[in-house]
Amino acid sequence: MIKNSSKIINLIKVETVEMRGIVKQFPGVLANDHINFDVHVGEVHTLLGENGAGKSTLMKILYGIYHQDEGEIYVNGKLVNIRSPLDAIRLGIGMVHQHFMLVPTLTVAENVALGLPSSRKFLLDLDMVTERIKELVKINGLYVDPEAKVWQLSVGEQQRVEILKVLYRGASLLILDEPTAVLTPQEVEELFHVLRSMIKRGYTIIFISHKLREVLSLSNRITILRDGKVVKTLPAVEATQEKLARLMVGREVLLQVEHPAVKLGKVALALEGIWVQGDEGLHALRGIDLEVHSGEILGIAGVSGNGQSELAEVIAGLRKPTQGKVFIKGINVTNWSPSQLLDYGLSYIPEERMRDGVVQEFNIEENLILKDHIHPPYAKGIFMNFHKIGQESERLIKNFDIRTPSRYTSLKSLSGGNIQKLILARELSRKPSVLVAAQPTRGLDISATEYVHRQLIEQRIKLKTATLLISDDLDEILSLADRIAVIYEGEIMGVVKRNEVSVEELGMMMGGVHKDNIP
Amino acid sequence: MEAIIIGITKSAIRLATPYLYASIGETLGQLSGVLNLGVDGVMLMGAFSAFYTVLKTGNLGLGLLVAIVVGAIFGLLIAFVNVTLKAEQGISGIGFYIFGQGLSSVLFSVMIGSVHTVNGFPPLPIPWFSDLPLVGEILFQQNILVYGAFALIPLSWFLLTKTPLGLNIRAVGQNPQAADSLGVNIVRIRYFTVIAGGILSGIAGASLSIALLNVFQQNLTNGMGFIAVALVYFGAWRPLSVLNGALLFSTVNAIQIWVQVKGINIPPDFTLMMPYLVTIVVLTAMAKRRVRPPAALNKPFQRGEE
Repeated sequence: MIKNSSKIINLIKVETVEMRGIVKQFPGVLANDHINFDVHVGEVHTLLGENGAGKSTLMKILYGIYHQDEGEIYVNGKLVNIRSPLDAIRLGIGMVHQHFMLVPTLTVAENVALGLPSSRKFLLDLDMVTERIKELVKINGLYVDPEAKVWQLSVGEQQRVEILKVLYRGASLLILDEPTAVLTPQEVEELFHVLRSMIKRGYTIIFISHKLREVLSLSNRITILRDGKVVKTLPAVEATQEKLARLMVGREVLLQVEHPAVKLGKVALALEGIWVQGDEGLHALRGIDLEVHSGEILGIAGVSGNGQSELAEVIAGLRKPTQGKVFIKGINVTNWSPSQLLDYGLSYIPEERMRDGVVQEFNIEENLILKDHIHPPYAKGIFMNFHKIGQESERLIKNFDIRTPSRYTSLKSLSGGNIQKLILARELSRKPSVLVAAQPTRGLDISATEYVHRQLIEQRIKLKTATLLISDDLDEILSLADRIAVIYEGEIMGVVKRNEVSVEELGMMMGGVHKDNIP
Repeated sequence: MEAIIIGITKSAIRLATPYLYASIGETLGQLSGVLNLGVDGVMLMGAFSAFYTVLKTGNLGLGLLVAIVVGAIFGLLIAFVNVTLKAEQGISGIGFYIFGQGLSSVLFSVMIGSVHTVNGFPPLPIPWFSDLPLVGEILFQQNILVYGAFALIPLSWFLLTKTPLGLNIRAVGQNPQAADSLGVNIVRIRYFTVIAGGILSGIAGASLSIALLNVFQQNLTNGMGFIAVALVYFGAWRPLSVLNGALLFSTVNAIQIWVQVKGINIPPDFTLMMPYLVTIVVLTAMAKRRVRPPAALNKPFQRGEE
């Protein structure tokens, strides 16, 4: 069947790729420390590791975005020097990036044609490109309209465009960097189906991921990286989730947090018929009704971009609803300012933590007291009480295990996980009655994620906080939430109890099927 | 009445010329992600060098060529500072404006010293078309630089929408990381557009000093280069809309000149203000259209950064 494709495109066959002793140093970090990695035709070889383990760096070296400081790369047994993505493409290597590399204002065909010589020399040949894409779509089952503008496509479709781009260039080795992070469970299944059939037809895949279940389901071999070094390479049949997690983190990990039942209190947060405009001027939320009880975690599941960000912002007072009301502890707080809401017991863990959660130029101590810096004990009249601020900061740094040389260290030098711990420390120490946690573990590694999860559960038990947990990660919602509301295009498709719903049902709701219409 | 309309329209077509060259040049640069606020300075240098060459040699073609070379050199400098050295484009552009303005003034005082005139490009009636009633006189009895400016609109449209180079330019300005990952040479594309922009700014200046006004004096352009940048936003980075904007602006200008020449009793300060006022009003009104600038405008490219 790979022959079919080669009628349309010049397939560049890759039999083996071998990376030997790869070293890459960034300022202050040894991202790749003498890494050996190889892949053979017809296999899925997964690179597994925490954030910062060096997976993406290694693959960006193979794809010519970075250049290694030491080490060699062999393609089909021959030593090669890959200086740019163009070199990699010429060798038959294609990469689908975690953050899509598409030009949203251009059509699918234009995105595919970009950077390629035209058959008509100085004129574009988009008609021919369109025809060829249609063929590729048919052969590979990657359905997408070549004449649509990319900004009109769903995330799943955009990903197919990325794969088509790579196939169109004749690549037979595909590097997929965290391809499932943005997909619904159904879309993940579809993608895996396509990938498996491509493997059968002679393609080769390097899969980068930290989702253990997916890794086990797709891979032939798995290489685990930690701190820039290879921990182990093993066949997938010899691996289990627990074993992989242990190799990845370097110690035992609890994949599932303890989740004791809690007696629910009164409704602490309620939304009634909330309509909100998004940045594009369209309605991002279309009549949202929700209730969160004290001591409960309500999970908001959904594919990103369906109104989750706006939902968090409207509760935090950062976005005004055009219709509807927000109640906290029975009081109508619609249109209250953020500072009024904070004083009234709302805490907010923002999605864009570097933009909305911290002041990057401030040090740790200053970031820890933001939001309450104008109140006692941190302030006395118009003066700051630095003694008290210091004491309190030290306590939070210790209690929340923020790894830092001192409280005067600049925030920017902290890792993502430690910054999130700082935000948690600040938000949870305010003893909130309502907590909005938006994507609280996005981009965090397993250890930090585990920590955040434990804190959220503990808060719910100890302080009876009503928590609204917004997350793109369905596994996270399933392991933390008591009830789950699924959001799709600004509407709630249904609210269900966690233990009364299957992943398939949630997936259907995430795809826009209302709960009542699920057979 | 007819004579007045013909007079004003013909003058509007002429006056649109420098704006068209400069705006199309700026459009190319901005579409690839480079904001160049130095247009006015490059125009002044083009105007001076063309004028000086024609004054000394009487050779109009040579004058135009010198303006092109000077424009290209400035384009190269601007590209080097903005693309290779990754300077803050808004600030470096103002630097180039002041540099071009100052240098052209100094060269003018040292090398010429007083106001002269030259014989600029003569009208070049186009056979048959120029005899058409009304449009013949308005459109087809202009000089060659005016024709060139209007020819630039379909040419640049064709380049941008129908050629691989145009696709590369648009992609580089929207998502350079994506273009880079497909082997498009970002640096080369941006050098190309910025140097092309420099050349067109040079011609824009020359069109003033050796085709329309046929004089040179200090600060001859009087901020035209900045209007040209505004017209790029006005035209939402599309050549045809840039043409509309340039014509609107030059028509207001032509009316303003007519009012002054006629001695109609409106304070000249006010009439002089009109074109700029119209620009501000129109741009403000257009702010609601939600046409976005190229996403990578004003952002230097670094491989491996997201």
